[in-house]
Formats: sequence, C-alpha cells, structure tokens
Amino acid sequence: MSLKIIFFGSLTEIAGETIVLGEVVDTDDLVKALHKNYPKLADTRYAIAVDKKVISKNTILHKNSEVALLPPFSGG
Amino acid sequence: MKNDQQYDRYQRQIILPGFGEAAQQKLSQAKVLVVGAGGLGCPVLQYLTAVGVGTIGIVDDDVVSLSNLHRQVLYSVHDIGLSKAEKAVDTLQQLNPDTKFHAYNLRLSNNNAAAVIQPFDIVIDGSDNFATRYLVNDTCVLLDKTLVYGAVSQYQGQVAVFNCTTHPTRTPVNYRDLFPQPPAENEVLNCEEAGVLGVLPGIIGSMMANEIIKLITNTGKALIDRLLTYDARNNQLYEIELVPRSDTRAMIPADTQALKKHNYQLHCSTPSELEINDEFFEQLVQTGDVDIIDVREKGEKPTIKQFEHRSIPLAHLQNSISELKSHTIVVICQSGQRSLQAAQQLNKIFGGSKKIYSLQGGILGWKENFQKEST
Repeated sequence: MSLKIIFFGSLTEIAGETIVLGEVVDTDDLVKALHKNYPKLADTRYAIAVDKKVISKNTILHKNSEVALLPPFSGG
Repeated sequence: MKNDQQYDRYQRQIILPGFGEAAQQKLSQAKVLVVGAGGLGCPVLQYLTAVGVGTIGIVDDDVVSLSNLHRQVLYSVHDIGLSKAEKAVDTLQQLNPDTKFHAYNLRLSNNNAAAVIQPFDIVIDGSDNFATRYLVNDTCVLLDKTLVYGAVSQYQGQVAVFNCTTHPTRTPVNYRDLFPQPPAENEVLNCEEAGVLGVLPGIIGSMMANEIIKLITNTGKALIDRLLTYDARNNQLYEIELVPRSDTRAMIPADTQALKKHNYQLHCSTPSELEINDEFFEQLVQTGDVDIIDVREKGEKPTIKQFEHRSIPLAHLQNSISELKSHTIVVICQSGQRSLQAAQQLNKIFGGSKKIYSLQGGILGWKENFQKEST
C-alpha cells in the first residue's frame, strides 16, 4: 500500500507538498498518523479529498489512493 | 442588439460559436452582485463590465490604500483614501456607459445581507475575511442565489460555484459542505499577514468572471459543485468534486429572520469554541453522545426535563472537568452569555481534544423554538 498525500496552502509549511504513506486503512487512521507525525496539523482546519472527491466521514483507502488536504483561504 | 454601436462593442464574442446575440442578450439582462472590490473584485468587475453584464452591484466599505495597488488594478495613487465601491463605479462607468451600477459603501452584515443580495441573480464572493464569507454563503442558501466563490493565499487560489440549482433533483453544494465551520481567529492568515503575489488574484478573479459568464449564458461547463485550486508557482491545477454533507443545513440559520440574529463577526473572532443554534443542538441531543452542562445556578427556572444534562454552576466548572467524559460538550445557560464564557474556559483546558459548544440564545431561546415538539 502506498498512499500519496498532497498538501495545499499553509499545510505545506507543516508537512511539505506531498508525502507517501503506507499502512493506513482508512481516513480516520490517516488523520491519526498525520497528527502524530505533524502535531501542528491537529490545530489546523482542512478538508480531505480522496481520489479528488471531498469526504465528510471515515472513508476506506485503497492501494494507490490519492488524498488531498485543503485548508480554507480567506484572502480576496 | 439595440443598435450598431452595441453590436460593434461585443462583436468579437457574439461571433463565437455557441455564443451569439442570444448569449449577449442574457448578459445584458443579468444582475450580478460583487462582494469585495479588492484583489479578486477588481478583475471580476472589469470583465463583467467589459463583456456587457447589464446590472452590477458592488459592496465594499473599505477605502483604497497604497498597499492595495500591487493587486487591486482598478485604483491609482490618486484614489488613496477614497471609497473603493464608489471609485470602482466611477472608473467602470467609463469603460461601459450602458452598465447600471449600484455602489454599496457598507460592510455586509447579518442585518443588511438579505436586503442587499435579494435583487441580484448571482453573487460573487471576493471578500477578504471568514465572517463575510460565511455570511454570504448562508444568505445565498436562504435566498436560493448562485454563489461564485474565489479566495487566495500566498501563491494559491480557489474557485468554485456554490448553491447552483441547475439539477432540480440534487441538493446543491455550498461553502459549508467544504468547510462546515469558520476557523478560529488567527488559525488562517489573511493577505495582510501571509502575503499574496500581485498577479494571483488577477488570475483567480478572471477565472471567477469566466464562471459567471458561463453560468449566465449557459455556455461551456461551469465549476458547479467543484473546487478548483490553482498554484501560481508551477501552474498546477487541482480540481475536486464536492458533495453535500448531512449536517450542513443545521449550521445555517433557519430563515432570514434567524440570519439577522446570527452574529458572524463574533463567530469568526472568538477562539475555536463555537456557538450553535437550536437545530444543531437538537441534532447533537439526538446522537446521545454528548455531555450537556447547565452552568446556571441551582434553582434557576425554567428547569429542563426534555433532555439529559448535568448541572454544574459556572463558578464550579473548572473543578468539575473530570466529570466530562464525552468527546462533545455543549454548555447551556439562560440566554447563552454564561455558557459562552464557560465554553471559552473549557476550550482553554481541552484545546482541540474535545468539541466544545455553547447553545446560542440559551434555554429561553431553545424553548421558544422547540416548546411544541418537546412538551
């Protein structure tokens, strides 16, 4: 299993632009792992998209799933 | 076309395949409201005016400053200190004398949002703060207005079309389906703090104008229920599909009357604890997985029998936190004032490890809304 995780906006300052992660089964698991590796992410708001679709509840991840974490932008 | 001069003005787009005089006519009949005449608002306004949108409203209570000029391309050094809404109309009217403009030199608020937005068909969010963004979103949901959204930060921008009811059978997506609740103050930096590349809002604003033209003329495929992210550093685009959440509607005031009571400024400027409305509170009660704490003094009326709760007067709260086991805690009181204080205290103690809410309007407000169902 190898998951590609893409970060947007200010999240790149915490975790870089992309990382590859293995051994996570679903998005709850992923968030736990990310918060452990990057504690600052826990205090930050973001939406999660799996394979380019936003999710609102725990979602099973598959081999080669692509996950994107997108923070809100306020600037106009 | 009214006359040869008008045909001449728009000839280059009228001759486009799939466009024609009919599309041009739709543009001239459209009424578009642009919230924010800043980095995003300037290009949106310039293009909407140039392409022939008939009626344009501009909401902005700000004045032009020197630090605006690297990205807000409608203004010059001579305009510093002048109202953006009024100055924008002055300049744009010269670009297209046929366009009808309405300048709203005011800050959109829960009190005026519905009245300002109502006369327009499409609303553009080019604002620079979350209080306005959530207010505009919620008002558009309540009034059934399509919202073209854009936002920028540093080198990246987002564009989306929300609340577009083109599919009568499908619930349209709104901003809260993407970001249900506003971030805490200072959680997300604005342009003033984080910086923004001068050309970025020009690109994102032009993309927004393009979405508006497509929506009005029904050409091409607009970003309906989709979010596009653009990165100016490497020209990468990332487009995702948005889906409605089941809990979103409960976060939006029930109607325009309830909207007037909802303080967006407060919601977006207090730390991450949140006031919740009666409907959202009811949903949490239904889940059963929540600690409800009444922080009123013993003996205060009305007594509550309709849902399980614990009584811990505000003064004793800090010493009783070991009793709070659930992941979600809702604090209640008579009117919502003390419970907000309590929620702030709990938030400091628990940080992000628990979800802390205060019932807005308190028991009195809740009883008014739910008495029929609960007695």
